[in-house]
This record gives sequence, structure tokens and C-alpha cells, in this order.
Amino acid sequence: MSASTRSEDRPTLAVWKFASCDGCQLSLLDCERELLALAGAVRIAHFTEMSRAVVEGPYDISLVEGSITTPDDAERILQVRANSRYLVSIGACATSGGIQALRNFVEPGSYAGIVYAHPEYLRTLETSSPISAHVKVDFELHGCPIDRGQLLEVLLAYLAGRKPVIAGYSVCQECKARSTVCLLVAHTTPCLGPVTRAGCGALCPSIGRGCFGCFGPTESANTPSLARRFRGMGVPDETILRLLHTFNAAAPAFRDGGGIATPVSVGPSGEHASEGAQP
Amino acid sequence: MTHGARSARTISAEGIARVEGEGSLRVQVRDGRVSELALEIFEPPRYFEAMLVGRHFSEAPDITARICGICPVAYQMSACAAMEDACGADVGERIAALRRLLYCGEWIQSHALHVYLLHAPDFLGCADAVELAERDPRALERGLDIKRTGNLVMETVGGRAVHPVNVRVGGFYRAPEPSAIAALAEPLRRARDQALATVSWVAGFDFPDVVGEYCFVALRDPGGYAVDRGRPASSGGFDLTPAQFAELAVEEHVARSTALQATLGGRDHYLTGPLARYALNASALPALAVEAARSVGLGSACTNPFKSIVVRAVELVFACDEALRLVEGYQPPDAPAIEVVARAGVGTGVTEAPRGLLLHQYEIDREGTILRARIMPPTSQNQLTIEDDLRRVVESGLDLGDEELQWRCEQAVRNHDPCISCAAHFLDLELERA
Repeated sequence: MSASTRSEDRPTLAVWKFASCDGCQLSLLDCERELLALAGAVRIAHFTEMSRAVVEGPYDISLVEGSITTPDDAERILQVRANSRYLVSIGACATSGGIQALRNFVEPGSYAGIVYAHPEYLRTLETSSPISAHVKVDFELHGCPIDRGQLLEVLLAYLAGRKPVIAGYSVCQECKARSTVCLLVAHTTPCLGPVTRAGCGALCPSIGRGCFGCFGPTESANTPSLARRFRGMGVPDETILRLLHTFNAAAPAFRDGGGIATPVSVGPSGEHASEGAQP
Repeated sequence: MTHGARSARTISAEGIARVEGEGSLRVQVRDGRVSELALEIFEPPRYFEAMLVGRHFSEAPDITARICGICPVAYQMSACAAMEDACGADVGERIAALRRLLYCGEWIQSHALHVYLLHAPDFLGCADAVELAERDPRALERGLDIKRTGNLVMETVGGRAVHPVNVRVGGFYRAPEPSAIAALAEPLRRARDQALATVSWVAGFDFPDVVGEYCFVALRDPGGYAVDRGRPASSGGFDLTPAQFAELAVEEHVARSTALQATLGGRDHYLTGPLARYALNASALPALAVEAARSVGLGSACTNPFKSIVVRAVELVFACDEALRLVEGYQPPDAPAIEVVARAGVGTGVTEAPRGLLLHQYEIDREGTILRARIMPPTSQNQLTIEDDLRRVVESGLDLGDEELQWRCEQAVRNHDPCISCAAHFLDLELERA
């Protein structure tokens, strides 16, 4: 029951959860071959999904999963920041607000009434926002879910005191690297690869499926240009908007649906969604 | 943490760890009886049922997968089943077999995670798997190895282990090459042996002597131990279509929880998951799993919730054996997916997530737009039964010290592998004794 009694001079690692599915934390436990080596290199000081033992902060590295959706969590993230030397947000929820940021596009309160009989029992914010909207973030690792190889790279980099080497280019380059024929060019399949961060290894195109953007937009994403291309291929605006409005819907480069006119019926009520349409 | 007072004691734990999500437990004891007990769940609501409205029916598997990173395949499978039910589509045996293989991968991954990393440390007095690794490195390595095999199955069939990308309504985007599937046989044989060793290992733990009274609910499938399909059945004797079950199971919203709580007809609580499946379907287990269960003295049903770890280990044997059978019989489907044409209507899908029955129900219009969504995860169905277990554990453990009783309560929650992320996820315990 007591915390580990081994040498206490290892850097401490804390893992925090906000609104999320736990999948990104699981990626840490999914490092099966490296998990015990990692546990030897760092002191896992706070990781409730894995351990009852809790070591008091401050922590050398905090991994933060999930988005901010409640007043309590907006307070809690301030404490996490104050207690962390480096704060790394992991996953689409923590870096862009996640799928639950679809609420940002509808009338405030309209979602709660659909799911809960007593919305008055809930204490929630009207939007789902990324960690960076609340505190300074030292590094953002993208993906829904994150890639465990990239996660290990980020941890190793911070342990070694260097900058993580994470590619900033798009999924297209990963397709080229694995010699996957371009779905957009060869099969006119709508594919978000050109505007989406690399990291997954271009999984979807390799099985004949258009990229659905789960790693979020690249920094230089030209989403309007891609949206016009989709239109030219005959893809309905509604489909384009849905394609952009999934796990990274609130990321700035995806938010306005590539400049496609008024967002339509991506919400509990088409009328509300249109009237209350964001950009 | 213990707050002492002359007439009352309050114990609160800053977290029931090793569950997936955030919650807490509050218990009041008066005159040796539990006067109040509440499992509180404050996982922030994410409003999936609302987000789904207005989306295309083909999007439900990927969107609902994001409810839970531990059991995304369960969400994908129940979503596909519901949509195919609404549209009157039947994917055929070969696609169904490939889905079942993917699902076995998730059972292996999730059960290995729960048995070795989340649950076993309780029985050995360890705070976590890292301490377990110091005490018994071979055991933990075995667990991680089984888990890795589960992930390998998911990656081979689904494209990746967390939120697989290859699943679609109607089947898959691409059927794996026979050579890729054949390569799973060797690790699965090793995992099956490791699962058998797991059964003997966990059966040797000390179990508190607690017997629960359960109404078990699980799917029944004439084709075998139900995983990816079946009819909801109960130890009380009902045997229903998925749609009838959806009508019988009523969910309520209570103040203490962002998870809805399900009962049968607004009255009786029930339990889904390994104990329920084993009680209702043990006769459908393959011979190897039956033998493993018998060798450690499991009868035809197990009602000691602490022994759920043994049942979970038996299910690990089953899942590895079943995956191996599917690998050996693999025949790629003619097409990776059938075409599913939207039609207006309601569809219900039920499958067995590693932690229990998962129901999806959707109403869609003729364009395939989702008009209404209902998702009933295992943990909201199990929540009231978990509270009932806790009441028994507290009342039978009043002679224990505060710290020990608190740990046992946490353990009683972990017995059912609750996924609070699913149900609306970490527990705080507050125990008040008078």
C-alpha cells in the first residue's frame, strides 16, 4: 500500500484526466515492452488509472488528457499547472477540445436536455476547450488517440532535456513514404490527409479509407482549398462539414468547415444549429 | 484519510484508483448497518447521445468509439449492429467471424489489463503493477505479454489498438490478408497457455467471504459463448429480443451521478459482465475453458464478486481459444463490407463489452440521418448492483480498520471493472461511522 521506496531522485511523472475517453492514458499502458523500463526511469507519482499510490507534487512532467468542460476542471487545471515543471497535453480532447467540443456549435444547454432528465443536476461549461486555452502548455501531442511511439519520444526528450522530435508535416508525406496510392487523386475519395498532421503512419489511406483528421490540422493547413476541391468532386457541403467536424472540430483550421457556407444540422436540431451557427 | 470524532468516524479516500474514470463513494454507518451509501460519478458529461443527432448513420461507429478508449471495439460493434438492424442488413458469416476476432482481441487486451494491472495488485497488497513487478516480475511480464497479443489482434484486424480505423457499418474497409491473420496463431497459442497460467495464479489469491445475490443479465448466442451478438437473457428467466430488452431496461438520472442508472422496469437492479456471462453461458464455453474453471473449483455460477478475477481469467482462456479458432478458420469475405442502404426506422444493437452488456439504439431517417440515439453502457447498468455489493462489504467488514475497509471498498468497486468514462470515470471514498 505504501508508495515505492526505491530511490527518490528519479524525475516524477504525473498523469491527469479531464473530459476524455481514457484512450490516450491507455496508450501509456499500451507501451507494454517499455512500461517497466519507463517505471524505472521515472517515478510514477500520480496516475489514478494505474495506481492507488499518490506522491505529492510538484511533478517534473505532467501528461494531461482531456478537455475542460466544467467549472471545477477549469480550477483543477490551474493547480496541475502550478504543480508541474513541464506540462504536456496529450490527445485531441486536450489539444483541441475533442469530439465533445461539438457542443460549442449549438445553442447553449441544448445537449444536456437531450441526454439528461435533470440538467439542473449538472455543473458544466457551455464549451469544451483545450488545455492551452486555460494554462501555458509546454508541448502538445496530437491524435485521437495519440501514437504510443510519439508519446515515448516526448517522454524521452523531456527526460533528456531536449525538444521532442515530432513531425509537423501532413499525412500525405506518410502515404508517400509507404507508397500508398493517393486516394484523392486516384479514387476521388474525400481525404483529409493534406491538412492533417502526420503521426498515425497514414493508417486509413493504407486500407483504402480517406483520412478523417483524427490527428488534427497541421500548422499550415489550407482547409478552404481542400474544401473547394471536395466540392469540385461533388461532395455535398454537409458531408464536408461533417468530415471536418469530428474529433478536432474546434481546432481553428477545422472550426469553420473550410469556409463552407453556414454549418447545417450538426447538432440536436437543424434549425438551432443553423441559426446559432458559429462562423 | 481519517477524520476522527468521538461519536462518528469519517473515512475518505482521495480516490478509488485503477478504474477507468472519476467517481467517489460515500458511506454512512449507524449501529452496525449502512444507513446511506452512494457511488457518485462525476465524470464530466460529454453528451454523446446529443452529438449523434444530425450525424450520418455511417459515423456512429467512429464517434461512439470515443466514449471509451478501453473498449472502443464494443462501441463500434454495438453501433454497427444497431444500424444494420435499422436497415435490415445482414453482413454474413465471414464478416461476422472477422468482427468476432477483432472483439476477442479487445477482450484479451481489456481483461489482461484489468486482471494484471488493475485488479491483482489488490489481492497482493500492492499499490500498483509497478510494485507487483518488484514482487513477482514474471507474473506481470506474463500479463503484459497477453495484453500485447490482444493489441496485436486489434491492430491486425482493426488497424490500431485504440480506436480502430478499419470498422464500418456493413463490415470493414479492407479484409486482412490471410498471411497477416495466420501470423496471429503463434502469439495466440502462447497467450492461451499464459491465460491458463493466469487462472491458476489468480485462483490462489485470498478472497473475502462475500456472497452476492444477483440478477444476472447477459446475451445468449446459440452459436457459442456470446460476444458479438445474442439475445438478452437473465437468471430470472427472461429471454428477449434486443428491442424488447431496450424497452424493459429503464434509465434514471439521479443527482449524485452523471451516469444514468438502469433498472429492469424501474424496479430491479441487475448485473452484467463476466459473472453474468459465466452464470448464463458456462455450458457454451470451449472444453479448455471449462476444464480450467473446473480445475480451480468454479461451479456453474460464481456469486462471490471478489472471484470475478477468476472468471475473467477463464474468459481470457476462452477469448484466446476462440480467437485461435477464428484465425485457423479464416476465409476472407468476398467483399470487405456489404452495402447498407439507409431506410427510415429504429435499430437496436447489443454486444458483450469486456465489462458487460452494451446497448445502442438509433432512430434514423431514410437519408440515414440520426434522429435519436440511446446508449446504455455496462457501468450504468451495474451501478446499483455495485452499490449493493458495497453495502454487503461494509457491513461484513466493520471490524476492519478504516484504511483496510476503505481498500476493500475500492476493491469491491474494481471487482466489476467499472468504466466510468463509459458511464458518464476515479473514486473518492467517504465513510462515516457512528
